[in-house]
Amino acid sequence: MSGVRVLVGTRKGAFILTSDAKRERWQVSSPHFAGWEMYHLKGSPVDPNRIYASQSSSWFGQIVQRSDDGGKSWHQPGTPPGEPTTAPDGSPKGESNKFVYDTSPETGKPLTTHQWYDGTPHPWEFKRVWHLEPSLTDPDTVYAGVEDAALFRSTDGGQTWQELSGLRGHGTGSSWAPGAGGMCLHTILLDPSNPSRMFIAISSAGAFRSDDAGKTWRPINRGLHSLYIPNPTAEVGHCVHRIAMNGLRPNVLFMQKHWDVMRSDDGGESWHEISGNLPTDFGFAIDVHAHEPNTIYVVPIKSDSEHFPLDGKLRVYRSRSGGNEWEALTKGLPQSDCYVNVLRDAMAVDSLDKCGVYFGTTGGQVYASADAGDNWTPIVRDLPAVVSVEVQTLP
Amino acid sequence: MIRVTLPPHLRKLAQIDGEVNLDVEGQVTQRSVLDVLEVRYPMLRGTIRDHVTLRRRAFVRFFACGEDLSHEPPDALLPDAVATGREPFMIMGALAGG
Repeated sequence: MSGVRVLVGTRKGAFILTSDAKRERWQVSSPHFAGWEMYHLKGSPVDPNRIYASQSSSWFGQIVQRSDDGGKSWHQPGTPPGEPTTAPDGSPKGESNKFVYDTSPETGKPLTTHQWYDGTPHPWEFKRVWHLEPSLTDPDTVYAGVEDAALFRSTDGGQTWQELSGLRGHGTGSSWAPGAGGMCLHTILLDPSNPSRMFIAISSAGAFRSDDAGKTWRPINRGLHSLYIPNPTAEVGHCVHRIAMNGLRPNVLFMQKHWDVMRSDDGGESWHEISGNLPTDFGFAIDVHAHEPNTIYVVPIKSDSEHFPLDGKLRVYRSRSGGNEWEALTKGLPQSDCYVNVLRDAMAVDSLDKCGVYFGTTGGQVYASADAGDNWTPIVRDLPAVVSVEVQTLP
Repeated sequence: MIRVTLPPHLRKLAQIDGEVNLDVEGQVTQRSVLDVLEVRYPMLRGTIRDHVTLRRRAFVRFFACGEDLSHEPPDALLPDAVATGREPFMIMGALAGG
């Protein structure tokens, strides 16, 4: 019987929530990597037992973990303890937590500077992995979006990482600036119909697209209007919070920007606003129904200075028309005294016949709907602050 | 033989309990101890000092013989008591709330 596995990253560890396809009874794992910040976990679409996890700490830096058995056990995919650290040819074996910007003359770009908060140039410094995106076709290939913003790829199951430096070095990088949460590359979307096309988004630089499998990149921010930057329609500088795509229609993208919910019908060439009747169009998370490409979900947050729901009511908003007309989904969600946030990577959908929708909060709740958002129940209520939620639909 | 203690998170990463005993050839310094430690436990590379610069991570501290040696040059000799194994070289996570 099919089922779902929900991968939850929190400020103090990772949790795996499992259920059969009814999604009524849940098993909650004890914490994996207890005490560590787990920014993101995601499973391979071609091998559900293969899961990658980003584990980090202000003290000890970045770790990459991998499971080959659906999250039962984990290992760092570099060199196991006790094994030689060099290969027979003398070259060093993998270091799975080594993310070094590529400045080599052959494949890299000079490591220049980006803008710091005070407008001064600031050198690029690796801090952490925000998002891991496994390949749609190869379980050993996985992409990592990192802070300070850059895109890395591993083709050996996470043992070693190489920067796709054409993004950082394409020309506008020196004008990128961090948002309050850091200059993070948080969204990676792979086009299932075109292996050469991928999209990424950076706070606060904007959205970018590659049409040659990550070698070269260009900004795709036409139509975005951001009042918090000197030129509201600048080529880069927009604080994109999240982009979502339904693989059935990969040319259509939905974006939750700092303010504004946006849509593109041409692979990011242009964007138009679809905030419509939302009570506030600030927010972080956005996702698309697995089977209905025009059904989208957002969680409106009051404002950029008050990161909690309006009026203390936690409401998911759903549009079945691809935007502009939105309905509040409230059944099962707290409608008073709720002041949590839902972060950008903390919403996901499953692909069961009746699409399940999931999101986690900074208050430690993970809510699930087994009927596309009509009704919600908390799977757990008291986890550490939830940073990310991903779902695997199991055969 | 050099005795090294690690904070709990790093012991877990390295899959060890208790102290680590290392044979360090030549002069016993922060650098030579960490070099040997990282060869024995490669999963600790990058967690104590930066991969590229080899600088101590900001919130990692080195203590020995009741003193904070974190700001000592990496090639300075460690105390005799550490070099002879009477006292451990302690790798600590700095105090921080939250």
